[in-house]
Amino acid sequence: MKRQSHPFFDTTDVPDDLCPIAVKPNPMLPGEWRSMKPIVDRAKCVKCAVCWLYCPVQCVVEKRAWFDIDYATCKGCGICAKECPQRAIVMVEEAA
Amino acid sequence: MTAVLAPPAKQRNTIVCDGNEAAAWAVALARVEMVAVYPITPQSSLVEYLAKFVADGTLDAEIVDAEGEHSVLSVLQGAALAGARTYTATCGPGLAFMFEPYLRQPGLRLPMVMSIVTRDTLTPQSVWGGHQDAMSVREVGWIQMYCETVQEVLDTVIMGYRIAEHRDVMLPVNVCHDGNYLSFGATRVDLPAQSDVDAFLGKPSVNWHAALDPSRPMAVDPLTGGAGGPGPRTFVKYRKGHCAGMQNALSVITEAHADWERHTGRKHSPLVESYRMDNAEAAIVTIGSMSGAGKDAVDEARARGVPIGLVKVKTYRPFPSDAIVGALAGVQAVGVIDRSVSFGWNCGPLYQDVAGALGRAGVQVPSMSFIGGLAGADLTTDHFGRVIERVLKLAKDGRSGPTVWINEND
Repeated sequence: MKRQSHPFFDTTDVPDDLCPIAVKPNPMLPGEWRSMKPIVDRAKCVKCAVCWLYCPVQCVVEKRAWFDIDYATCKGCGICAKECPQRAIVMVEEAA
Repeated sequence: MTAVLAPPAKQRNTIVCDGNEAAAWAVALARVEMVAVYPITPQSSLVEYLAKFVADGTLDAEIVDAEGEHSVLSVLQGAALAGARTYTATCGPGLAFMFEPYLRQPGLRLPMVMSIVTRDTLTPQSVWGGHQDAMSVREVGWIQMYCETVQEVLDTVIMGYRIAEHRDVMLPVNVCHDGNYLSFGATRVDLPAQSDVDAFLGKPSVNWHAALDPSRPMAVDPLTGGAGGPGPRTFVKYRKGHCAGMQNALSVITEAHADWERHTGRKHSPLVESYRMDNAEAAIVTIGSMSGAGKDAVDEARARGVPIGLVKVKTYRPFPSDAIVGALAGVQAVGVIDRSVSFGWNCGPLYQDVAGALGRAGVQVPSMSFIGGLAGADLTTDHFGRVIERVLKLAKDGRSGPTVWINEND
């Protein structure tokens, strides 16, 4: 959303009763509805990048000595925790 | 008697081929850019011709041999959203397997042409012709045109692109040709000149409204509708737009046929054809390849002084109500012959539509449904002779009867 190489499609000349399309991103992010949240144990993380590779929404962020999670876009799927070879990621419930 | 052919205005390119090969020639002439195929009887040779044409360079297109019809149409939707002119062909169980993307195609307003090489549906097990497959999807929102001859198959597949890609239409077109009778019946066929087809069709423009294009970022087909907010009216807007596109197609189909005649000299009735309807007291209504035998039977009856005529339906969806009512105005009885069954009404689907059109127009005329030619059964001039007798009796006494199953005793 912040970085975008092309402007969104200008629909001015397209009839609005043809094919449904969306040209504006929904402002709601997964962080607002996630039920489980991954927590990285920095002492255990060896920066192998397996979590970074597996994350389906690319929300794993590289830090100096560990990998961390962008909680705005993480939807809490838990794949990173399942795949981490060091067991450095645990899933915890979001506060109600 | 010596047959005299009209001197050709341009170089004439005449071949002998069946309907499946004619459709493949039309795809090549229309410069289709992407085809995806899965073979199924009686369509199989059509896609084999396409594969051959791609291999020998006659057709400059990408071809995808997908793992099934569901993938076939999904692949082509991606190609169309990327801007390609696309084609496929299927029938019967293949069409059934394609149903989910088949439902989506018209709602995306993605133009394409797909031949349905019509086949009776399972069960009973049958691999032979019949309109049950195409008729079963008549309310999905595709345009449907039914051909009478092999030449009409070739011409209509090409015209289909002009109709589908028209900005007032933007809908997919099914060109239906009868399994067995048209798919494998070989006749003389005139190939139009490539320059005529190019001038007639122009360049494809199929994704100006919705696209898979990094330079035009958008989400295609987001969740629409529901009970809250703008949902209900938004959904209705798209449904009404789809209906409007279908109705616009009636005049676009008529224009396309007229322009095709200007380019090639070949005339096909766009919506309905009236055959020997002058002073007709009764009429039979036909669809597809059976119309040839029907016309012969009408000729025989007329030769005996019987005032009967025939109305052939070419465009079935959108249903040309006004043209049907106009063609049948003034007759005393109507018999409609279907090659498929409407299980809900215990009659033929075309009969339902004709009766509905006449009823809505306030035309009170006795009518009857005849069903024949199912699962490859032949419809002969003898069959049509008996139908004409029954319709003439109806014109005399006005007493309609239950649906007649033409091949019941064959």
